[in-house]
Amino acid sequence: MKIDVAYVAELARLELTDEEKSVFQPQLENIVKYVDMISKVDVEGVEPMMHGRAIVNAFREDIVRPSLPTETALKNAPQRVGDEFLLPKIVEGAES
Amino acid sequence: MELFKLGIKEAQEGLAKGEFSSSDLVKSIIERYHAKNDEIGAYLTFDEEDALRLAAENPKAVPIAIKDLINVVGQPCTCASKILKGYISPYDATVIKNLKASGFIPCGRVNMDEFAMGSSTENSGLGKTRNPYDLTRVPGGSSGGSAAAVGGNMCIAALGTDTGGSIRQPASFCNCVGIKPSYGRVSRFGVTAFASSLDQVGPMTKSVEDSAILLKALAGHDEMDGTTPRIDVPDYAKEIEGASMKGLKIGLPKEYFIDGLDPEVKRITDEAIKKCASAGAEIVEVSLPHTEYAMAVYYIIAPAEASANLARFDGVRYGHRSAASKDVFTLYTKSRAEGFGPEVKRRIIMGTYVLSSGYYDAYYGRAQRVRTLIKRDFDEVFTKVDALLTPCAPTPAFKLGELQDPLTMYLNDLFTIPSALAGVCASSVPAGFTAAGLPVGVQFICGGFEESKLLSVSKAFEDIVK
Repeated sequence: MKIDVAYVAELARLELTDEEKSVFQPQLENIVKYVDMISKVDVEGVEPMMHGRAIVNAFREDIVRPSLPTETALKNAPQRVGDEFLLPKIVEGAES
Repeated sequence: MELFKLGIKEAQEGLAKGEFSSSDLVKSIIERYHAKNDEIGAYLTFDEEDALRLAAENPKAVPIAIKDLINVVGQPCTCASKILKGYISPYDATVIKNLKASGFIPCGRVNMDEFAMGSSTENSGLGKTRNPYDLTRVPGGSSGGSAAAVGGNMCIAALGTDTGGSIRQPASFCNCVGIKPSYGRVSRFGVTAFASSLDQVGPMTKSVEDSAILLKALAGHDEMDGTTPRIDVPDYAKEIEGASMKGLKIGLPKEYFIDGLDPEVKRITDEAIKKCASAGAEIVEVSLPHTEYAMAVYYIIAPAEASANLARFDGVRYGHRSAASKDVFTLYTKSRAEGFGPEVKRRIIMGTYVLSSGYYDAYYGRAQRVRTLIKRDFDEVFTKVDALLTPCAPTPAFKLGELQDPLTMYLNDLFTIPSALAGVCASSVPAGFTAAGLPVGVQFICGGFEESKLLSVSKAFEDIVK
């Protein structure tokens, strides 16, 4: 199976330069070729292991607790207006 | 007195006797930092004022260097990535809270491969770290800053994280003890996630006893991390008292003793086996038949989980935001393009690929099934032996810039990945030096939540090697 680096990068919301594309393409083809070896393992009837140990749902009491203060949560924001994160317009035609 | 040379145990004894204070320890580390960091580059940032303040408030506390992906309130947490340059943690990770509650304080931020992806710390986007035993060589990775700080006596002890070998391989390269705890033993709340089904925080120290003391402080149930069970944390330092090789059954997995092994690593490992045997351990050959697939499984599962975890870095709420973005789509694509380094980009693409429609079952789904087979190998072998002994890394520390091909770099983790996938615990313990003076560690592996046994066999080994 062949990996289309430019297409997958777009899925991952990652802009690549032409140079990156030409470097990554053979490197990733090589890695994919390597990991393809698992296709020969017989996994018939074997359950998938999702975690480092068998885990069932871990619940805790649903109690309201103080969360980070707004000012603290916004401290690392690249851009803000008042108590909100500032972003470019998302909805087409809406007023910004 | 050069206090920076002390380990945890000696520091605690000196503090208890009133021979020096926590401030004296921190001052000594700061002095050492100024003398050595330009050369070794173990630390990315060192907030001297904050370290001295914490030491003044906690005069009996032992300072610990912190890998730069663990959140400490008010401190930078960059994961050695340009995308998080300038980020200041709003809260303490659970491991930091646990440290503070047990007589430790965080002290300095140590370098790493960006987002813990790498085996040499060369993938750091923010600084270069050199091996304190040979400045032309890498310290290993991804916890290379932690290992260089411990091995170069630039701290008392450090915290690292291990996803596929990131504590153990650098510990081997820099002559430290490193423990990768069992999956679930230590909380990851507040630790920036790489591959969530694998990540663990662990101690990197100057002795096995120090690791036992530090692990006791770190471990335990945390309601903020659902993967941590309510299993009591033993007093590990007490558990390892009088540790001995006598009566222990140690397995040598034949799949780990491969032809390509570096001859010096082979010699040191063979000598380690002989020493264990003459100290009274019974040595048996065992087999972990699915070992050959472990690296392939890991390089599907870890990038898949990373691609999901790193989706949060989008330039919206924190981290780098591209000045060139025109709309939301380019805000994502350009912020990520400018912020992430090449290895992180490769793994995000690899992870997105194996999770994408049409490939999910063939790669991610299948890798999870093969992972079950790998885990079963370990379950089976630990019905027969107490511990496994293997080389830790296939080579001693290599030269800076020596490994250029990503897949060749990945091979560094050949011996540390299978136990990470199985979720069991493992250590790296110094075993000797090459003719050129490079340290080499061996790896011990024990079953899940068998840290007492792991630390005991590691201590017994340390005693016979010293």
